[in-house]
Amino acid sequence: MARYSIFSLARNALTGHRDWPKLWRAPEPRPAYEVVIVGGGGHGLATAYYLAKEHGVTDVAVVERGWLAGGNIARNTTIIRSNYLWDESAAIYEHGLKLWEGLSRELNFNVMLRQRGVLNLAHTEHDVRESIRRVNANRLNGVDAEWVDAEGVKAFCPPISISPKVRYPVLGATLQRRGGVARHDAVAWGYARGADARGVDILQHCEVTGIRRVAGRVTGVETSRGFIGAKKVALVAAGHSSMLAEMAGLRLPVESHPLQAMVSEPLKPVLDCVVMSNAVHVYISQSDKGELVLGAGIDAFNSYGQRGGLHVLEDQLAALMQLFPSFSRARLLRSWGGIVDVCPDASPIVSKTPVEGLYINCGWGTGGFKATPSSGWTFAHTIARDEPHPLNAPFALDRFTSGALIDEHGAAAVAH
Amino acid sequence: MTGPRRLPEGGRIDRSRDLSFRFDGRRYTGHPGDTLASALLAGGVRLFGRSFKYHRPRGVMAAGAEEPNALVLLEPGRFAEPNLRATEIELYDGLTAESVNRWPSLRFDLGAATGLASGLFVAGFYYKTFMWPPSWWNRIYAPAIRRMAGLAKAPGEPDPEIYEHRHAHCDILVVGGGPAGIAAACAAAAAGARVVLADERPLPGGSLLDGPQRIGAEDGPAWAARMLAGTSAQMLPRTTAFGYYDHNFVTLAERLTEGLAPSERAGRPRQRIWHVRARRVVLATGAHERPLVFPGNDRPGVMLAGAVTAYIHRHAVLPGSRAVFLANDDSVYAAAREFARHGGEVAAIADLRADSTADGGGLPVLRGAAPVRSLGHGRVRGIEVATAPDGRTRRIACDLVAMGGGWNPAVHLFSQSRGALRWDDGLRTFVPGRSAQAERSVGAAAGRFDLEGCIAEGAEAGAAFARELGFEASVPPAPPGRPPHPAAALLSPPTGGGKAFVDFQNDVTASDVALARREGMHSVEHLKRWTTLGMATDQGKTSNINGLALMAAGLGVPPAAVGHTTFRPPYTPVPFGALAGRNIAALADPVRRTPMQDWQEAGGAVFEPVGQWLRARYYPRDGETMREAVARECRAVREAAGILDASTLGKIDIRGPDAAEFLNRIYTNGWKTLGIGRCRYGLMLGEDGMVFDDGVTTRTGEHRYLMTTTSGNAAAVLEWLEEWLQTEWPELRVYCTSVTEQWGTITVSGPHARVLLEPLVEDIDLDPAAFPFLSMREGRIDGVPGRIFRIAFTGELSYEVNLPWRRAAPVWAKLAEAGAVPYGTEAMHVLRAEKGFIVVGHETDGTVTPVDLGMERMLSSRKDFIGRRSLQRPDCLRADRKQLVGLLPEDASEVLQEGAQLVEAPGGAPPVPMLGHVTSSYWSPTMGRGFALALVRGGRARHGDRIWASATTGESRVRIVDPVFYDREGARLDG
Amino acid sequence: MMRIECPWCGGRDETEFHYGGEAHIARPPDPDALSDEAWADYLFMRANPKGVHAERWMHAQGCRRWFNLLRHTVSHDIVAVYPMGAPRPEAPETAR
Repeated sequence: MARYSIFSLARNALTGHRDWPKLWRAPEPRPAYEVVIVGGGGHGLATAYYLAKEHGVTDVAVVERGWLAGGNIARNTTIIRSNYLWDESAAIYEHGLKLWEGLSRELNFNVMLRQRGVLNLAHTEHDVRESIRRVNANRLNGVDAEWVDAEGVKAFCPPISISPKVRYPVLGATLQRRGGVARHDAVAWGYARGADARGVDILQHCEVTGIRRVAGRVTGVETSRGFIGAKKVALVAAGHSSMLAEMAGLRLPVESHPLQAMVSEPLKPVLDCVVMSNAVHVYISQSDKGELVLGAGIDAFNSYGQRGGLHVLEDQLAALMQLFPSFSRARLLRSWGGIVDVCPDASPIVSKTPVEGLYINCGWGTGGFKATPSSGWTFAHTIARDEPHPLNAPFALDRFTSGALIDEHGAAAVAH
Repeated sequence: MTGPRRLPEGGRIDRSRDLSFRFDGRRYTGHPGDTLASALLAGGVRLFGRSFKYHRPRGVMAAGAEEPNALVLLEPGRFAEPNLRATEIELYDGLTAESVNRWPSLRFDLGAATGLASGLFVAGFYYKTFMWPPSWWNRIYAPAIRRMAGLAKAPGEPDPEIYEHRHAHCDILVVGGGPAGIAAACAAAAAGARVVLADERPLPGGSLLDGPQRIGAEDGPAWAARMLAGTSAQMLPRTTAFGYYDHNFVTLAERLTEGLAPSERAGRPRQRIWHVRARRVVLATGAHERPLVFPGNDRPGVMLAGAVTAYIHRHAVLPGSRAVFLANDDSVYAAAREFARHGGEVAAIADLRADSTADGGGLPVLRGAAPVRSLGHGRVRGIEVATAPDGRTRRIACDLVAMGGGWNPAVHLFSQSRGALRWDDGLRTFVPGRSAQAERSVGAAAGRFDLEGCIAEGAEAGAAFARELGFEASVPPAPPGRPPHPAAALLSPPTGGGKAFVDFQNDVTASDVALARREGMHSVEHLKRWTTLGMATDQGKTSNINGLALMAAGLGVPPAAVGHTTFRPPYTPVPFGALAGRNIAALADPVRRTPMQDWQEAGGAVFEPVGQWLRARYYPRDGETMREAVARECRAVREAAGILDASTLGKIDIRGPDAAEFLNRIYTNGWKTLGIGRCRYGLMLGEDGMVFDDGVTTRTGEHRYLMTTTSGNAAAVLEWLEEWLQTEWPELRVYCTSVTEQWGTITVSGPHARVLLEPLVEDIDLDPAAFPFLSMREGRIDGVPGRIFRIAFTGELSYEVNLPWRRAAPVWAKLAEAGAVPYGTEAMHVLRAEKGFIVVGHETDGTVTPVDLGMERMLSSRKDFIGRRSLQRPDCLRADRKQLVGLLPEDASEVLQEGAQLVEAPGGAPPVPMLGHVTSSYWSPTMGRGFALALVRGGRARHGDRIWASATTGESRVRIVDPVFYDREGARLDG
Repeated sequence: MMRIECPWCGGRDETEFHYGGEAHIARPPDPDALSDEAWADYLFMRANPKGVHAERWMHAQGCRRWFNLLRHTVSHDIVAVYPMGAPRPEAPETAR
């Protein structure tokens, strides 16, 4: 792997940038691998990277139906935070945030993490109570968290309106200073480059059409490029988890929904932090290109269409006008949709399955981007050791039977 | 004459009026009918803006929505609108605009220094650097990158404009008012169909306005005007269709005050967003001309050939005096002829196609010529071309380079509708293929460029759609076959000599595309993301096809194999405020008002939002603090009497012979034995066993019940009931009706409640002996038929009075006058918490079962109910679940923080195991101390234990106690 | 935004409706007879097809009646609307 640095950049500038190597190879599939990871998105690539790096498992293929990193990792609003209410969630997301903090150096690829702080706004007494509850829980869990009042919100985020005259005034917010945003594509590319350099085969345009099992154990996957044998198969294809699980005879408690996002035209820097509001329902940040990046809730119905209705965007922009009336003349440049798979308790599944050698990682809902490192890290552990890491043990499939759900609906601010 | 480049005659401008305007502080003059771009061009202005990354000087390249360079901030100040395209701004008197993304000035922009290091700043360079030393990322690199961000400055003040939404239905929506669109709209309307025709420009006619086209003997614009004068189709000018969604839902942005100064716009919406549901859609969206990719193709003075004729014909502006036309398409010849006809000197038509047979009409033509680079500094002074057959280069002096690489049908809406695009080898671009919705593309949008054919195709589509919808349409002649388009060469990558731009605004060059290819970013989506190609505010209208063609050429594959990126709405940018429409400020969410709210507001009550209501939280008197007011209100209820506005509680009238059976299934407890006129508290669970809602339900008749719900959940509970009735138990004869706003509710509570209420009640005996707890009586209250319920959330003698909504306020006023103290939701919470009563949303959060709340007695064992089975799951049976307890702070003067977490011991290094949290916490004036309710792991077995509350305000020692703090025996219920 | 044919009111915009998830999930008549697994299956496990989906909708801003429809989860084409309690109709071959 050619090392990236200002020096390599300068050296290549002298030769007209003609000698940069490819970020990853385009290998032909081998007949069999120890592990086949289904899904070349952020989580799949991170899984491959950590399998190789942390567990020495390099006989790995990542099979991807389309182009690498073309799913939700290419479509999200890039928010990173770990201030979840429940211990289990806080632990796995905080582990992720710590990985994020070293990721550019780890991957020798600048993922452009900007820890500019995340505000989760409170607009009612109920919001205030639940926000403080979450702040207190976060602090005891070692997650940085502060409660700031309305003036504190204004001081941290000057363009916001804290006028008491609006329908749902800002009463305060939780603030996680270590939260922020990162460059979403770069994360996936960095993991892909790192995994490839360690010998992982990334197979693009290779669609899985079946999961072969013998006596309750996986033996490989049928693909559009032929059968690929595998001792272990790991499904990590957000949006399409149900379809893949069905190939192995499994039913999942997930439903696929459209989740939309949008950006404005680039404006000079005006909003430094991330602002999220559950009650009026919108979240916003400004990218390093100057675009205001917005998202909100899912479209209600099941869909694999990667698109939703304009009314969802109109609603969230109306919400935005309450918080940032001066953004009224920013103009919508681009809107798009992804497919998120949503669990009943708004928490993910990172788990073994009843099928031997088959693992599943899904259900991250609207919050999967921030989890990319920890999802890959814990899933790699689960695959390599055939048992979950303590961080992801609570996120097992059997919690839906036992009732030990991790319900992050109530207090996790916007589900994002 | 307004400027050196204005032609003495022609154009669709009103020369009788001069409009004065300012650009970057300098004064210019134009005419009605000018755009900002045309008026500046007329004034001889070449430099319009700076590019995003390298801050290269840029002129105007196009004449419409595809313009990548000429972005301005319109009306700096209160009416500022950022990033508008000068090519679309209609001129008005007094207009002020500024260029963007430059400092300190457009002419001298320090940002251009980045161009010096452009050898480093290639595609994706930032992923490869800024990583050492690590501490510099946050402190130095990232802020520096951020300072380079953005185009125009964000407006700093609230938007003075208003915007509105409109919903419309039509038989046929035609998008695009050019020849094909007009023909389609008129044909469909003639058949009787309801037709809407949306066109983005102020005048209809589309390409007819851009050139000398004639239809038969008629001048093009005259034809357009005549056709539209005689049609019933609704014409929407200045209206851009920007989104094409499912089920033929198309959204339009109509600019209502375009061309008006802020002072003239008063009261009129700036934009109107149309939500159009069309049975059929005709897309006549035209085509965009492709630039050519060659070094220096971004120099001010290099324009699209079609834009040159557009400026001549629309605005009577000749954008140069001596021009070289770079032709990759026959339409460039026509442009050159028009330029010459209007007094311009055509130095050469350099045709990239060696085998072209196009007729130069006497103008000098160089066939097989390739542009090597543009010449000049700041503005174009000439061009170097390599000519066939030997590739010898020659320099041609000129002040205008007009390029035409061919035309890309504007397939954006078609693609948004999920139609499949097809690569057309003749046109060298993508054209509409299979439709996914009830839609047809016609004319240039479908890859057709002969005028008669476009008109015939439009007319046929309009008539055919009308017929499909059942209208009698005369059968139009079948459109002629599409004439073959002379194949244009796809450019081979330029071979050096400076930057050749593909995406002008984002400064993506041909060598960036090549670099992306070398680094393995072969997918068109990877290309876009690695280089930012097509992600600028023009969304790649002029760059996408060239970019993928370069990638295909580099990879040695056909362009179709590279494919295209997804076309995303909107087609052109739409203001956030327009999309928000009127659903802002007071209309963001309607406020539901109780009958007593006027009285409460007049009395200075402090309100809090509860659901869509605003409820009086407390009623401060004479400068009282909240704590003082609440304490006074609590004491009044405990010692005398208070009144609470409980009108917001949901009320559902449930009727039918199976109503009791229905309640039995919905509620956890039994309902079959409840007598008429009796009330019972009920608990509702989700099917997952978690508490969903609670409230008192009263049997008001043989087959009739009145259910109350929490204020916030009223709508959800009604929907819940209806869902079960309709989808699961249709055999139950039960009907549910919301009566929340039929009955105003006043709770009179306290030892003096009876005395206060009695004078107002005519025919109900309020004596607790005759009117026992948990019963209901009907009668006349203050002369009005109403109901009284003996239910108590405070633990005191209470009467809940229901009156017809509009008759409740007078009773409230009389009770207050008689000495009842109004108390708000905060006092209500204190009083109920002293009694250990839960509130859904305080003590529950979707993870709490009735058992957790100590309400096992509410779970009937003699019947099934929603959620019962879930309570038997292993996790619900754990002994260490969090259970409802009371808490007393060791320091009696302390009121714990709501949301404080509970731990065994203070301090400790994270992660500290948490036992639970404080769900409600208040100062009790009755006990003279702080107290709280909490959920604590295994808490019911821990009464008496001392643990710690950890809050943002500090840590406090607390004792776990029984959650009932007051009148455990219920002795006060009857006063 | 989809347009949904309410069987009682006619075609209306999607915003007038509430989505109710997968259709034809009958509440088990005797929940006690079910294992925890079978109960979890009823509670949480859902068909989530990429293709034709039988689902429930309620016309919340109209007649407030629930009904079923078959809808393709990629094209969003609605291929059948049918009342509560009626069996799932055959999806036409053209559903894509």
